Amino acid sequence: MTLAPPHSDATNRPPAGRRMRRSLLHLVLGVVAALYLSPLLYMLVTSFKDRESAGASAPEWIPGPATLDAYQEIFSATDSPVLRWLVNSLLVATAHAVLVLATATPAAYALARLEFRGRGAVFTCVVATLFVPPVTLLVPNFLLVNELAWIDTLPAVIVPGAASAFGVFFLRQFFLSLPGELEEAAEIDGCNRWQIFVRVVLPLSRPALTTLALLAFLASWNDFLWPLYVLLSPESLTLPVGLANFQGANNIRYDLLMAGAVVASLPVLLLYVVAQRWVIEGVSRSGLKG
Amino acid sequence: MRAARLATRSYRWWTPYAFLSPYLLLFTAFMVIPIGWGLWISLHDWDINFAVKPFVGLDNYTELLDGGSVDGGRFWIAMKATGVFTALSLPFLLVVPLLVALLMNGKFRGRNFYRAVYFAPYVLGVAVVGLLWRFLLDGNIGMVNHYLGALGLPDDVQWTTGTPAAWWGLVGVTVWWTLGFNAVIYLAGLQDIPAELYEAAKVDGAGPWQRFRHVTVPGLRPVALFVVNSTLLASANMFGQSYLITTGAPADETKTAIFLIAETGLRRFDMGTASAMSFLLALTLMVTSAVVFRVFRDRQETS
Repeated sequence: MTLAPPHSDATNRPPAGRRMRRSLLHLVLGVVAALYLSPLLYMLVTSFKDRESAGASAPEWIPGPATLDAYQEIFSATDSPVLRWLVNSLLVATAHAVLVLATATPAAYALARLEFRGRGAVFTCVVATLFVPPVTLLVPNFLLVNELAWIDTLPAVIVPGAASAFGVFFLRQFFLSLPGELEEAAEIDGCNRWQIFVRVVLPLSRPALTTLALLAFLASWNDFLWPLYVLLSPESLTLPVGLANFQGANNIRYDLLMAGAVVASLPVLLLYVVAQRWVIEGVSRSGLKG
Repeated sequence: MRAARLATRSYRWWTPYAFLSPYLLLFTAFMVIPIGWGLWISLHDWDINFAVKPFVGLDNYTELLDGGSVDGGRFWIAMKATGVFTALSLPFLLVVPLLVALLMNGKFRGRNFYRAVYFAPYVLGVAVVGLLWRFLLDGNIGMVNHYLGALGLPDDVQWTTGTPAAWWGLVGVTVWWTLGFNAVIYLAGLQDIPAELYEAAKVDGAGPWQRFRHVTVPGLRPVALFVVNSTLLASANMFGQSYLITTGAPADETKTAIFLIAETGLRRFDMGTASAMSFLLALTLMVTSAVVFRVFRDRQETS
């Protein structure tokens, strides 16, 4: 006869009271989560309704006749080219993220690892701008973009915001946390600074670079105030601005508005589902620096 | 002293500047120069359409500080709107995410899933959020009023056109949209508090409330400083919600300062006045931030 330890069951499984509390916690969190996401579900549901049922006052959670009419209509409307806005938004957010990485990464590396005159002053200046309210840049940057003849073109929404003080600060912290031995070894092997940066440092920094790229992409994709005032003609708008104008022109066509909102949300929600770990890690780290 | 100092310096003197220059070019052109230029503009009667931009000294500022003038009147209504929204939203934006973070602080299956759910609306832009809630908060056909009616509450609240309902609508939408951001930061702060502190408090006979009061609250202080400050600035810069949901209605009651600045400078092209407004707003925000820092530092010293 084998002797089983008398309390094996009890030690492997939490006691009944604890289990009850766990299930209660799951119940509360689950119900609240469902309620919390229900507005997004209703947005999706409404986008499949026809004109009348979308505007009905009693909420219908399952569209009577489900239809793709709203999508067909917004994709074929010539005064509000949703497809064009989608392409513009993808171009702008991608170019913006690339520009942020391309400028902030080498700068942060220099501030973390290289010694030169003025390093302290440059770093102080960059950090100081984190405390300047961006509203003060609104008028002068508008005039600057106007001088560059960028009004109503995509560079106006790609370039001015790309000098990311947050990006430099964030990456500098990351580079400082890397062990220096690999870089020293590469130096002994005869690599120059640029080769060390590209072949040793960048591959080690993939998580931080991914996080920053995602945050920059999301910020640019969702940017609203600035593009609202520097992009004007229908074919040069990004999705958020296009949708806002669209609301002004079709304020009772909720089927169309919700279809437009779904088109604007899907790319970022999909990106979020795939990469939520990096997004959330990046955000949670931003609070710990203080 | 940095641990990873390199023994040799085998790079030329200009190498660091080469690494820095692309960033510094953008930084100077779109951050440093505009700040100075903005101050300069605010001292002029500056309209993009007129060649002559006369220097007026501090006239733009004195006009704005005079609540009886046209621009001054508008400006103070907008500053009041910003103040009201900030004051109403701040308590909810600080407390609700903290409750969510405390609920999720335990170790249980699905924790990361819930965290991802509560963060999800934050990845949507204000345009989508505004459009969606303009629909749900509609006074006649909105879902919010429908369910309020079903619960036996008034079902004709004018969320988008009447105050104070509009303020609560804007606050509610903002809490729904951004809750996850602060919750994630609080959660990171909670997980930074060493478990031994809780154990020690338990051994000393502290109950759950006392542990919260004497371990959790002090442990969260550094993170809370960041949360308070960033939330304050975000609320004071609220624009999209009121542009899309209330369009500033009723009258200009929910038109925030940044809304008025954008409209004055970038639509009516009265750029001198708009710049002066933006510096007055910036000054207010910086003073408020400084006060928050001071309060947190004093608390830290006394505790």
